Amino acid sequence: MVTLRLEDVGASYGGREVLVGISTPVLEGGQVVALLGPNAAGKSTLFRRIFGLLRGPGSVRIEGATVPRPVAYMPQDNGARPVLTVYEAVLLARMQGRRLKVDPEDHAEVERVMDLLTIGHLRARNVGDLSGGQRQMVGAAQALVQNPQILLMDEPTSALDLSRQIGLLTLLRRLAREQGLLIVVAIHDLGHALRFADACLVIEGGRLAASGPTSEVITPAMLRRVFDVDARVEECSRGKLQLIVD
Amino acid sequence: MTDIGAAEGRDFYRLLVLRRQAILAALAVLLVLSFCADLALGPARYGLGQVVGALISPGSVDDQLRVILWDIRMPVALMAVIVGASLSIAGLQMQTILNNPLASPFTLGISAGAGFGAALALAFGVALFPFAVDYVIPINAFLMAMLTALAIYGLSLRRGVSSETIVLLGIALVFIFNALMSLIQFFASQQAVAAVVFWTMGSLTKATWPKVWISLAILAASVPLLARRGWSLTSMRLGDAKAESMGVNLRTLRLEVLVIVSLLASVSVSFVGTIGFIGLVGPHVARMLLGEDQRFLLPGAALSGALILSVGSILSKIIIPGTVIPIGIVTSIVGIPFFLYLILSRRSQSW
Repeated sequence: MVTLRLEDVGASYGGREVLVGISTPVLEGGQVVALLGPNAAGKSTLFRRIFGLLRGPGSVRIEGATVPRPVAYMPQDNGARPVLTVYEAVLLARMQGRRLKVDPEDHAEVERVMDLLTIGHLRARNVGDLSGGQRQMVGAAQALVQNPQILLMDEPTSALDLSRQIGLLTLLRRLAREQGLLIVVAIHDLGHALRFADACLVIEGGRLAASGPTSEVITPAMLRRVFDVDARVEECSRGKLQLIVD
Repeated sequence: MTDIGAAEGRDFYRLLVLRRQAILAALAVLLVLSFCADLALGPARYGLGQVVGALISPGSVDDQLRVILWDIRMPVALMAVIVGASLSIAGLQMQTILNNPLASPFTLGISAGAGFGAALALAFGVALFPFAVDYVIPINAFLMAMLTALAIYGLSLRRGVSSETIVLLGIALVFIFNALMSLIQFFASQQAVAAVVFWTMGSLTKATWPKVWISLAILAASVPLLARRGWSLTSMRLGDAKAESMGVNLRTLRLEVLVIVSLLASVSVSFVGTIGFIGLVGPHVARMLLGEDQRFLLPGAALSGALILSVGSILSKIIIPGTVIPIGIVTSIVGIPFFLYLILSRRSQSW
């Protein structure tokens, strides 16, 4: 089982410290971890630091990985409009660092992932012509097609409609359970976090404000302290935890 | 996974690849035709049959035809193809690594730098590298072009410099070099001024066999190096963040590619002068035809650039019979309206 653990991790941009002393418990494969925090708390920076795009103090420990590139990272959409079909864009993510010839397995994998995300019908469309939500689904496909064991997703649901938000998060949880993936997903909707995440990391001002099982982390006290919101967490009639903002 | 889905995907991709291969093949055929026509046309006109005959077995045709074809026209025609391909590839990769559709050897000031270097030699006999007397002009042009490229690269490394800034910088360099050239012309003799002006118009008639071999060697060395990076270069068009997330090391890739394309552009420009249009349009035409995948776009840009310049070479000879109009003028006058037509007539975006 793959595990991820951060020990005293920090990062800075041009002399300004963005992350300071972030240490987490061991995050194990098979679960979805929500990365929560207000805007500019350092969530994207933490992803870049874990993925190795930023250097800094502390260490990112990944153990139990069985593939050479265990981590995939889905950044936020940057609005680039290349003349590439969806199929090519997903294939491209898989072929990095490989030879120029595409093997049948690669095609099979691209189609499998596009089917999983129900974007098979978009394969001939240009990425530049897609809607924001469709582009986000393509982004998710580009991350999944790399067959990662740890998947870092930076706000993958921000442009999706409600049904697709639930669809994607349900799929992520299924992949975590069935394939032992560790999925860390930055998300602003705490209701979704309550519903889909097994554990949460809360970042505030570049420091870890809370971590642990979701139901222990998302509490009225934390919401008040970190998000400055008065809210309750209550069980609904079906026994699921719900966030109610007062 | 449904098998139907996988089969559909493979079929879709196979068709895509087939279509692109067909387009590449068509471009190659057109290039061969244009090359032969370029050889056939001139003060003495030959039929295509004669040209092909002289190409296949030079011994079987009369001396006059052989000398005109092989010694006079061949270096010029080959130079058109090689320089067209080189400038187009250079433009393509500058556009790719700077993520800017305006990037080209011309807009980044590399051509203007070369022009300034050449003007120094032409007007005042200043040799920046005083050992190869026969090649003072191209060597001056080459050194100034490389210096410009290095300056662009050095500035691009500074924190907070975006690709838009780099293009602005390139355009600023164009103005500076143009001003310096005007200054040179102001102080130079009338003869020298004429030489400078002619040089900057860009002309293939400066082609000789050694220049052909040097340009070809640089081109032949560059293409595999760039092709090897095909997937990474394609992914750069998705934006820096996306490319990085796919594991591309942007810094080393940019440096490597910039060095290669600076060499390509500098050598070409120093041998034939300022031909501004190919490096911008060649890659755009190829992108419209073939899409963004560098496995097809790279050869496509090479072929389209070569084809445009080869056709330009033909036109430069037939517009006014008996006069070879400098190729830089022809490609701009004929090519730019064509380019505008291409851009404006397309419904979907191509950048």
